[in-house]
Amino acid sequence: MALTPDEVVRLAGLARIELTAEETAMLAPQLDVILDAVATVSEVATDDVPPTSHALPLVNAFRADRVRPSMPAAEALAMAPRAEQSRFRVPRILDEGAQ
Amino acid sequence: MSEPQSPRTSMTDAVTTGGAEILTSSATDLVAAMEAGQVSSVEITQACLDRIEAVDRQVHAFLTVDAERALRQAREVDSRRAAGQRLGPLAGVPLAVKDLFCYQGMVTTAASRMLAGWVSPYTSTVVQRCVDAGMVILGKTNLDEFAMGSSTETSAFGPTHNPWDLERIPGGSGGGSAAALAAFQAPLALGTDTGGSIRLPAALTGTVGVKPTYGGTSRYGVIAMASSLDQPGPCARTVADAALLHQVIAGYDPMDQTSIPRDVPPVVEACRQIDLAGMRLGVVTGLSGQGYAPGVTQRFEEAVAALRGAGAEVIEVSCPHFEHALGAYYLIQPAEVSSNLARYDAMRYGLRLDDDGEHSAEQVMAASRGAGFGAEAKRRIILGTYALSSGYYDAYYGSAQKVRTLISRDFEAAWATCDALISPTTPTTAFRIGERTDDPLAMYQADLCTIPANLAGIATGSFPAGLAPEDGLPVGLQVMAPVLCDDRVYRVGAALEAQLEAAWGGPLLASIPPLGAAAKEDVR
Amino acid sequence: MSSWTTDDLMDYDEVMERFDPVLGLEVHVELSTASKMFCGCSTDSDADPNTHVCPVCLGLPGSLPAINGHAVESAIRIGLALNCQIAPWCRMARKNYFYPDMTKDYQISQYDEPICHDGHLDLEVDGQSYRVEIERAHMEEDAGKSLHVGGSDGRIQGAAFSLMDYNRAGVPLIEIVTKPVRGLGAKAPAVARAYMAQLRDIMIALGVSHARMEKGNLRCDANVSLMPKGSDELGTRTETKNVNSLRSVEGALSYEIRRQGAVLASGGRVRQETRMWQESGEYTIAGREKSDAEDYRYFPEPDLVPIECSASRVEELRATLPELPAAKRARLAAEWSFDETEMAAVLNAGALDLLDATVTAGAAPEAARKWWLSELSRRANEAGCELSEVGMTPVQVAELQALVDDGSLTDKLARQVIDGVIAGEGDPQQVVASRGLAVVSDDGALGAAVDEAIAANPGVAEKIRGGRVQAAGALIGQVMKAMHGQADAKRVRQIILEKLS
Repeated sequence: MALTPDEVVRLAGLARIELTAEETAMLAPQLDVILDAVATVSEVATDDVPPTSHALPLVNAFRADRVRPSMPAAEALAMAPRAEQSRFRVPRILDEGAQ
Repeated sequence: MSEPQSPRTSMTDAVTTGGAEILTSSATDLVAAMEAGQVSSVEITQACLDRIEAVDRQVHAFLTVDAERALRQAREVDSRRAAGQRLGPLAGVPLAVKDLFCYQGMVTTAASRMLAGWVSPYTSTVVQRCVDAGMVILGKTNLDEFAMGSSTETSAFGPTHNPWDLERIPGGSGGGSAAALAAFQAPLALGTDTGGSIRLPAALTGTVGVKPTYGGTSRYGVIAMASSLDQPGPCARTVADAALLHQVIAGYDPMDQTSIPRDVPPVVEACRQIDLAGMRLGVVTGLSGQGYAPGVTQRFEEAVAALRGAGAEVIEVSCPHFEHALGAYYLIQPAEVSSNLARYDAMRYGLRLDDDGEHSAEQVMAASRGAGFGAEAKRRIILGTYALSSGYYDAYYGSAQKVRTLISRDFEAAWATCDALISPTTPTTAFRIGERTDDPLAMYQADLCTIPANLAGIATGSFPAGLAPEDGLPVGLQVMAPVLCDDRVYRVGAALEAQLEAAWGGPLLASIPPLGAAAKEDVR
Repeated sequence: MSSWTTDDLMDYDEVMERFDPVLGLEVHVELSTASKMFCGCSTDSDADPNTHVCPVCLGLPGSLPAINGHAVESAIRIGLALNCQIAPWCRMARKNYFYPDMTKDYQISQYDEPICHDGHLDLEVDGQSYRVEIERAHMEEDAGKSLHVGGSDGRIQGAAFSLMDYNRAGVPLIEIVTKPVRGLGAKAPAVARAYMAQLRDIMIALGVSHARMEKGNLRCDANVSLMPKGSDELGTRTETKNVNSLRSVEGALSYEIRRQGAVLASGGRVRQETRMWQESGEYTIAGREKSDAEDYRYFPEPDLVPIECSASRVEELRATLPELPAAKRARLAAEWSFDETEMAAVLNAGALDLLDATVTAGAAPEAARKWWLSELSRRANEAGCELSEVGMTPVQVAELQALVDDGSLTDKLARQVIDGVIAGEGDPQQVVASRGLAVVSDDGALGAAVDEAIAANPGVAEKIRGGRVQAAGALIGQVMKAMHGQADAKRVRQIILEKLS
């Protein structure tokens, strides 16, 4: 199935990546070729095969509920593009978020 | 065999500065020499730093070198040794670290513009274990951006050059670590392997690289590419050195809940057992033939003969689903990438563009990510976003996870008939820089042989198998062993090394063309 | 911000004549674990900004989550308290979306494999029983807090920029989702409120959450739609957020029901959107339009291994459950022989546990109820504090009642003793001693006081001698006054009648 430039733009939006028109034009056919090549997986992935999400069958790895030292705020904020009042300063938010 | 005529001579030529013996020595020998008081960690470290200074303009293996910190660590180990303290088996040995491992106080970039200049406030478990073992951290090595690539060409800071032929790629993603070893800039290095990022560069640079069993080494503090596949591992010039580093870094870490709460397999001991009597090896029939360079096939077959010579029984094993491994990998890996790389959103750290009061957070995120990620990263993020998006999940991601099951079953069936599987590490030798950059699919083909092991989480490694006659470039042999049987990988690797070095009259790297003054001007 | 709304509202009763409301409640419970869901940072919510953060909850490159086993146990215990099935095997999943308060730009949550599913909660509202079916209860992590700067009233709209504090990022949450609740009619908002109240009581009984709505420990997203009478087709729903008190749950739902009724009645269509409850003005405002096509690209969290919970483990955890509030209420009502009205009064006053403890300390239920619901409630009210913080313990109340029972105190004196206890003068016995409040039971002293009263009121005395016993009240009052109230009125009456017989 062909991936249109419009669809690439939609996906880039979902992935929060600004693409130039040239990038979009280049990506669409490239992704198409890759998707074509990988599509064979659905041929062998029959209903009787269970999916594997983790390489090994480990279960129940838990951490004890103990408090460990946190980082000093100054260290947490040291690499922030902008900080103010011990907080990370971010540009105005348009969306209200998903939660 | 058209192997090196007089390896010792050419190796000496390769080193134009002082300390030639130091630079070409194995870590094992360096530790023995330090223990005997013949050389200090400071001298070894200084020799490596000098060598980096001398040749890295050509090789570009390193992104960051911290000479001062390295020498401070070296001095400390020397004084502890002088005071008669008991030290670990690699104390005082310099280490090059792939720039995917966080190391407190050192710039950590993942070779991305996104993280240029980011100083990590914490240290990954694996690097911490190396530091605790008294190893000396030289600096950070180059890689494909966020480890996404098979050639180290997608690095935002320029490609690494293969020390065997500076116009060629060193493999990827961990090309910097492998090149640093082949260029004698460091005796040991750390890598990570998601689809072959340790083994592929090892094969293409004539060095040793092992991907431990998934969960055998901690991923904590290692910048994630594809979480269910990533695994840190050792890179070295000899099998025994790799095992020593493996022993230092491996083992359960409560900070990584996918790490296995079990003892580390006896990898160091396995290297001493150089005969393979009683061991049955399976040659994967599908990983050969069309698409494999003649020199690769030839050296692989010779290596199989050498393994027979070491006492192994060799049979053929068919793994029918391996042909779908590449497809499954290039769905699962981009899917996880698309999620793992979401955090680089310009809010808390990293590149931020267009923060002018006009643009919203959403716009700043998109602009920063658009500018901060390179073409391959964007390609994979968008591919992964697609594979996970509603309506396509079952056909792509879901199916890929089923193929993962089928591949594991192929391995399980193989273990019923043999102790380990072998194949070429990669279908071809190192290609030229730029040769495949416009053809992602051709690039992905380099991972054909290495990917099944990642999907199944098993232990695997690549070992030098000689130089392809047609181009004189290194060929690697891949060993794959069951989960937590990492020792078998080393046992086979050590036996192969012993057999082949006896035939060659020395290590493969002894025949690497010299780097240095003569070549300095015409490259880079 | 204005404190009024331009929304057209339909009369509530009229809406009920024409529509049936259908509810859906999503409640987030913040667990009271010591450390966060996936790292060792403290969950303390009062700390300075960004002081409870680490590479994991800041989403720094390379960091990995490590799940808190205690949080998983709490999730299972909550599920059991809500009569849920516990999944024998489940995984965490990543919910992918970009937002500045989410440090990894994905939330570790659960998708199609919630740890608890298919439960129910039985409620009683105005004597009528309701069952709310629970679809699922799953584990996830909280986001950071944003401070919007430069707009009006700290709202997101119109802000120039925002300041992020990630102390709350990674605090464990349990999200409890109901199935659509139908057939509630006009009682829908009240049932929703009762549901929240009962969830709160359960969380407190389990000890898994502080469950204080005003602190955001318990947050409700209230979905409601209207279904025309006689129709089977669900209407378009809205989701109201920012509902931070029991009163708001009821208020927000009533408002939305009335607003949607007006929209539908005027031939309009309800927009599928989130609404924000404005506590101050008691109305909702439109938020983001919500489409069903939100693409969160869920997939199993590869950094965490699956969670397996055997049937025997479930039973082990079930055995740790305390008596749950509903069961406890029913048991105590029977033990105390309280009728519905009496019990409702106790619950409304938040006095159930206080009464229970007082009865356990030896007081009769009726007496315990009397003190807590009248005298002590009044004082808590005056002091503007919770009944439990009024300054008198259940043991002290029981002690006080014992003094009344053995005749040492009259009710009037007892109230003075309460003054002393609340003033911090010690236990009732100590207050009685230090204030000299004990009833005078010396017949000699009482007899003298009676004689004085008779002498001072010959007319009254004459009436009593003549058989008009009820006139004794006047003399009793005189004697009590003379004794400064420290006499048993019954005994005084006896003595008067003996002397005038």
